[in-house]
Amino acid sequence: MKEINELNLPEDVKYTDDHEWAKLDGDVATIGISDYAQDQLGDIVFVELPETGSTFDKGEEFGSVESVKAVSELYMPLGGEIVEINAELEDAPEQVNSAPYGGGWMVKIKIADMAEFEALMDKSAYLASLEG
Amino acid sequence: MRYLPHTSEDIAQMLALVGAESIDQLFEDIPANCRREGELDLPAPLTEWDLNTHMDGLADTMGAAPRYKVYIGAGSYDHFIPEISRQLLLRSEIFTAYTPYQPEISQGTLQTIYEYQTLVTRLLGMDVTNASMYDGASALAEALLMSIRVTKRKKVVVSKAIHPLYRQVVATYFAPTDFEVVELPFGADGRTDLSAVGDLSEIAGVAVQSPNFFGCIEDLKQIGETIHSDKKTLFVVGFSEPLAYGLLKNPGSQGADIACGEGQSFGIPRSFGGPGLGMFSAKQKYVRNMPGRLVGKTVDVDGKSGFVLTLSTREQHIRRERATSNICSNQGLCATASVMYMAALGGTCVRGLAQLNHDKAEYLKAGLKGAGFEVPFAAASFNEFVVKAPAGFAARRDALLEKRIVAGLPIASYYPELADHYLFCATETASKSDMDLLVKEVSA
Amino acid sequence: MSHTSSETTWMPTGTTGLIFNEPLLWEQGAEGRCGMSVPESDVLMSPLDSELVGDGPDWPNLSELDVVRHFTRLSQWNFGVDSNMYPLGSCTMKYNPKINERQAALPGFAGSHPLLPESLSQGALKLLYDLERYLAEVTGLPAISLQPAAGSHGELTGMLIFAAYHKAQGKPRHKVLIPDTAHGTNPASAALCGFKSIPLASGEDGILTPEMVDELMDEDTAGIMITNPNTLGLFENNIKEVAEVIHAKGGLIYGDGANMNAVMGIVNMADVGVDVLHLNLHKTFSTPHGGGGPGAGPVCVTEALRPFLPVPRVVKEGDTYRWDEDYPQSVGKVHAFYGNFGVLVRAYSYVLSMGPFLKKASQLAVLNANYIKESLKEVFHLPFDRVCMHECVFTDKYQEQHKVATLDMAKRLMDYGFHPPTVYFPLVVHGAIMIEPTESENKETLDRFIAAMRAIAEEAREHPDLLHQAPRNPKLGRLDETLAARKPCLCG
Repeated sequence: MKEINELNLPEDVKYTDDHEWAKLDGDVATIGISDYAQDQLGDIVFVELPETGSTFDKGEEFGSVESVKAVSELYMPLGGEIVEINAELEDAPEQVNSAPYGGGWMVKIKIADMAEFEALMDKSAYLASLEG
Repeated sequence: MRYLPHTSEDIAQMLALVGAESIDQLFEDIPANCRREGELDLPAPLTEWDLNTHMDGLADTMGAAPRYKVYIGAGSYDHFIPEISRQLLLRSEIFTAYTPYQPEISQGTLQTIYEYQTLVTRLLGMDVTNASMYDGASALAEALLMSIRVTKRKKVVVSKAIHPLYRQVVATYFAPTDFEVVELPFGADGRTDLSAVGDLSEIAGVAVQSPNFFGCIEDLKQIGETIHSDKKTLFVVGFSEPLAYGLLKNPGSQGADIACGEGQSFGIPRSFGGPGLGMFSAKQKYVRNMPGRLVGKTVDVDGKSGFVLTLSTREQHIRRERATSNICSNQGLCATASVMYMAALGGTCVRGLAQLNHDKAEYLKAGLKGAGFEVPFAAASFNEFVVKAPAGFAARRDALLEKRIVAGLPIASYYPELADHYLFCATETASKSDMDLLVKEVSA
Repeated sequence: MSHTSSETTWMPTGTTGLIFNEPLLWEQGAEGRCGMSVPESDVLMSPLDSELVGDGPDWPNLSELDVVRHFTRLSQWNFGVDSNMYPLGSCTMKYNPKINERQAALPGFAGSHPLLPESLSQGALKLLYDLERYLAEVTGLPAISLQPAAGSHGELTGMLIFAAYHKAQGKPRHKVLIPDTAHGTNPASAALCGFKSIPLASGEDGILTPEMVDELMDEDTAGIMITNPNTLGLFENNIKEVAEVIHAKGGLIYGDGANMNAVMGIVNMADVGVDVLHLNLHKTFSTPHGGGGPGAGPVCVTEALRPFLPVPRVVKEGDTYRWDEDYPQSVGKVHAFYGNFGVLVRAYSYVLSMGPFLKKASQLAVLNANYIKESLKEVFHLPFDRVCMHECVFTDKYQEQHKVATLDMAKRLMDYGFHPPTVYFPLVVHGAIMIEPTESENKETLDRFIAAMRAIAEEAREHPDLLHQAPRNPKLGRLDETLAARKPCLCG
């Protein structure tokens, strides 16, 4: 597993305590899990995602990621409606390991309340929470 | 005691190393108020030979085939079992192995189960089969629970022509839940009457059995089409006699989403009802909702082909209260027996054997008709069928027990509306002369 | 003691031999072969409506010898109790006596239909009745159902009884307390009955305390599921006090009897407050695991809970036995017939062979586990250093500095000819190595196992790569489980 100083934590996304990230583009946020989360889980073998059109509140479970011997639930960093899911993960879940902020993105949501986005952690706050 | 290897010298040496003065001292950590006094009040140990005599005595009281001619199927069938499976199953490496959690030293079990999964999948025309469930009844209950997981609906529908004991088990599994089980009646021809199924958009799954408890072959295609008029509702096809699919159109080709049932017919002794074999197959898209273990193909570090338990995140040891089932130990050795049987029988001979079962039952059916029995259900049957007996048959049936003949199973206790109705079964083990004798005895 | 042979030249034994390659069943065979005798027909052929007839299964066609060689070769790739010591914690891999196989195969048992008239089933009914009595004596719980087909099926039955009992009290309850050391089957079984699992952390010394239980127990909690001895191999010393807390608030105690092999004849489960207990006959009572099952998971209950047991039940009247279904409060049937009867025959045969020596079996199982614990605790970290029951739990803490993990050591043990212990369970111990030797193993075998474990500890220091690359002796090396799960290939 990676040491904290080896983690890839981009500046242009925000983070949650549950190790999801969200990146803003207009009123749509792209959501995935952080490098720390994928590293802890090990080889991801399956990603379960919601249907397009479903809506979630902040903190609500929206799917799960599985490694060979563990399952982790995914929690919404912020509320909204799913406008797109990353269908490629069905056949290539390994992208969550290899490119957690790129090809490993999971869902895009239309944000209901922009204040929820603002309340997420930036890189330094997230890093501090990991070092906690 | 021959199973306990310790000499008193061993015990003394081991206690010395452990630092205890006596074995009792090892248990002193258990509070005194939790320890029991005295010895177990059990019979004195029997020698191997005395045990054999005792067991022979118990077994001799049983009305077992081949000494008795038992014309009952009803979920437990009398088929010849080849000697090879009895002997191969006694190989220690097979029957004294645990669940194959360490794949490097369990490839025998793993390949065997992979082959079992494959041959059952091919038999039922499905996509994927698990490593086994307890029996046909629990497999059905699990299939219905699975339909609820998949559809997130709360109501399931089961045909009354499903084995009544399987339906009782379903009722047990559903009793503490807030899910509803509704029963469908059977029609005058002995097949399920789907007309009362109700609003499919509320129904998670509809289950029928084919051949059903009365031996009648259901019109699966028609039922499947009706059920699938709702896109989500799952069509569950149960069975208690898998040999029928050596001959009949399989469930998968007729729209089944889940096919599940009892596999005892394939090389497993009836053994007073267990252990049997819960077969459980589904369409590929439902694989992550399936209960039970799955074996999958992979490679080792050197690229050599091999097998492992896989998709384990569905299971209790990982997903705990959110698992697809609580099942852990399954019926692995029975699955092994059945794959040996399927391999020995082969794709060509299974057809002949299935046809033979049908022919024998038709012969008996015709004989009983000639002896004054009515055949109430017009639908085609496989190797068992229902008759309505003439007056006085019950007493005659009792008397025939003395002649080591068990003439069918009375089914009125399961279906009060079917008083004087009996379920008869004839497989390849029923000779013409035995059946002729049966017909003669019941004719008088 | 043979603790000296810990040099890296210590030659692994036991896993070299004659291994044949063998293709899959359908990669062989030819049309026209059949491996089984199919009877000639002596009746007229009666064709089925062609609408009903399908193509039949695409199974290979093999000769009898093809089938025999196939499964003989496959069997040689397996490790069994008869191969060598199988110290799989929580699984009780004791010797499976051969004579039990004879009894289960007796034509009178193997050839019996389950729906025979009672007059033709007396031997089977007596066997079931007597086995219930014997298990009642061993557990102290008087009322028993032999119907559940496996341990987790027994748990499910137990949870059904919990639900039925509280319903009968007029107040259904919705939660069950489950310690974090429990087997995964416990929460899964509870969930099937609609109970929410409330996790309970074990205390500092690895056991429950009444205070912790009291904090979580309330009027909506149906009871608690306790494995005793627990999965750390420790006896729950406070069981009686815990039971008092639960009972005082109207709850029930479920005992997971997976670890009963430690305490036969030593603890009376009714006396310590257990209301419902399942046994694993395929563990404690010597019936074989068969590569995954079948097992049998009888459920034993107090007199007060007898009305809720599954039906049918065997009753004795004079010298005859009959089935009785008339128990209106029963949870119903959990198996199509009477459970795994063939497994029950083997367990019955074992009890009659052992008699009161069952207590001795538990004593020796505990002695063996303590012997291993004491012999290995200087080389492997022992998180709870106290007298253990029938199993002991180590960790890989001392080996971490050499970048050697539990899994590596488990795999290396295969090269030494032993089955690995249970690993990474219980979950509450990081890198757990859970060893259950059972009473079946003699001192020499234990000494060889101890020597192998010490050699591996030495290798972890000196040659860690040997462990990372293990196993090398079995037919296959480590398998790619990630590939298997990412691209499932479940059918050929």
